[in-house]
Amino acid sequence: MNAMTDTTISASIAASTPTPLRRAPTLADRMRPHVQHALAVAIPPLVLLALLVGAWEWAASGPNASLPPPSKVWEDANELILNPFYDRGGLDKGLGLHLFASLQRVAVGFALSAVAGIALGLLVGSSTLAMRALDPLFQVLRTVPPLAWLPLALAAFREAQPSAIFVIFITAVWPIIINTAVGVRNVPQDYRNVARVIRLSHPDWFLRIVVPAAAPYIFTGLRIGVGLSWLAIIAAEMLTGGVGIGFFVWDAWNSSNLSDIIVALVYIGLVGFVLDRMMALLARVVTRGTSVQ
Amino acid sequence: MERAFLEISQVVVRFGKAAAPVLNGVDLKVARGEYISVIGHSGCGKSTLLNVVAGLLPASLGGVLLEGTEVDEPGPDRAVVFQNHSLLPWLTVYENVRLAVDRTSGRAMSRAERDEWTRENLALVRMTDHLQKRPNEISGGMKQRVGIARAIAMRPKVLLLDEPFGALDALTRAHLQDQVMDIHTRLGTTVMMITHDVDEAVLLSDRIVMMTNGPNATIGEVLEVDLPRPRDRLSLASDPRFLSAREAVLRFLHERHALPKVA
Repeated sequence: MNAMTDTTISASIAASTPTPLRRAPTLADRMRPHVQHALAVAIPPLVLLALLVGAWEWAASGPNASLPPPSKVWEDANELILNPFYDRGGLDKGLGLHLFASLQRVAVGFALSAVAGIALGLLVGSSTLAMRALDPLFQVLRTVPPLAWLPLALAAFREAQPSAIFVIFITAVWPIIINTAVGVRNVPQDYRNVARVIRLSHPDWFLRIVVPAAAPYIFTGLRIGVGLSWLAIIAAEMLTGGVGIGFFVWDAWNSSNLSDIIVALVYIGLVGFVLDRMMALLARVVTRGTSVQ
Repeated sequence: MERAFLEISQVVVRFGKAAAPVLNGVDLKVARGEYISVIGHSGCGKSTLLNVVAGLLPASLGGVLLEGTEVDEPGPDRAVVFQNHSLLPWLTVYENVRLAVDRTSGRAMSRAERDEWTRENLALVRMTDHLQKRPNEISGGMKQRVGIARAIAMRPKVLLLDEPFGALDALTRAHLQDQVMDIHTRLGTTVMMITHDVDEAVLLSDRIVMMTNGPNATIGEVLEVDLPRPRDRLSLASDPRFLSAREAVLRFLHERHALPKVA
């Protein structure tokens, strides 16, 4: 593709200039294929987005429309969009600050669930006894919806912050446990044989074979977990109050600021997307080589 | 023969409650430095036999003696080159061999010695230029060479090769066979190789152990290959001793112990 573009360029130069000198491709020439590729990737979703916003504008412009059209959202809430970090004290803060507060809770809760989830997953994956004992418990508990834990957490901790963090933890921990355990159980027999022939000690077998072999599975669990954490924190904050994007949405609803809610939803979606991508990137970096044999 | 170096004695392997055992009464004595090939049709239990010698699989009856001591668990004195190389994909070529070196001679050698030993063994299979590559960045033949380096780096008493060249193309395979012959000559290691390739067996072995078909497989015949070493594949191609050995194995496999024809 690169070479083709280059030859077409030099061919056209040869045709237009009297001395057919081959010149070295300039930076612009070399960037052209990349720019073309970027445009090819970016244009379809942008066009679709424009169409959807247009349709929304049209649908929400009637006299009986219950939701504000995009133009009204911009009019009402452009401060939220343009200045995400204002702080007028109390709960009147920019969306950036609310998101930051939510992300902090997710960071704590998710970190705890990653540590506990991987540890329990390694245990359940490597010990049949542990699996028999714990698996039924996990299978039942993991179906409990995140918010159902909240009243219990509030009763136990008597404070909003640790309760919200607990909800994150209990939501994210199951996929991490289960995926880690599956990864451990799927360590190929070949690696076991190698470890047995070189008489790898038990800790070495765990650290040098099991953990790296299960890493792709562990990261799948972490990626699902971080997505669920983000889902759960919004819901938990709606109920616990305080600074946080979930509470912001609930507060906006109570004061009928529909435009604010719409802006917040867009931000929530974007942050969730970024979290997922970051986890995917981390997985790629850490497990490079291990998933392909 | 006085007490054999490696003795496989009345080995029976039965999986679960199956009526017929896979291996039934395998007896074999191997001398120090000998190169033994085990050949037979698929499903005759030749890999099972190798796994028993490796200690990866327990024999239901009978056992294996190495220098007079019974072996019942795997260990570096019986290093295995696995059919599918079994390199750890998250470690580099160097690290794969180094892990085995660290584990098997960690106390006897200093750090620098272990590093040098790792490099020396990789040099033996001509992988010096690829030390920092990961297994998915090198060819199948190279992976198998690293597998061989890892095995010989353990200074095994017996080197066990489980169809080591089975998945390779003919040219790569010939190249690797020459390297293994060279290593065998240089180190004098006792080798037991599983194969289904007649030419390979004749070219490499001192004795060829031919297995009958399973279940209830056992040793049908043992053929001495009386060819001088070092052996050269080109001059052997028309050597009458090579041809007659080859014919003897072919007759065993395709005349007396042919697989029943599948319709």
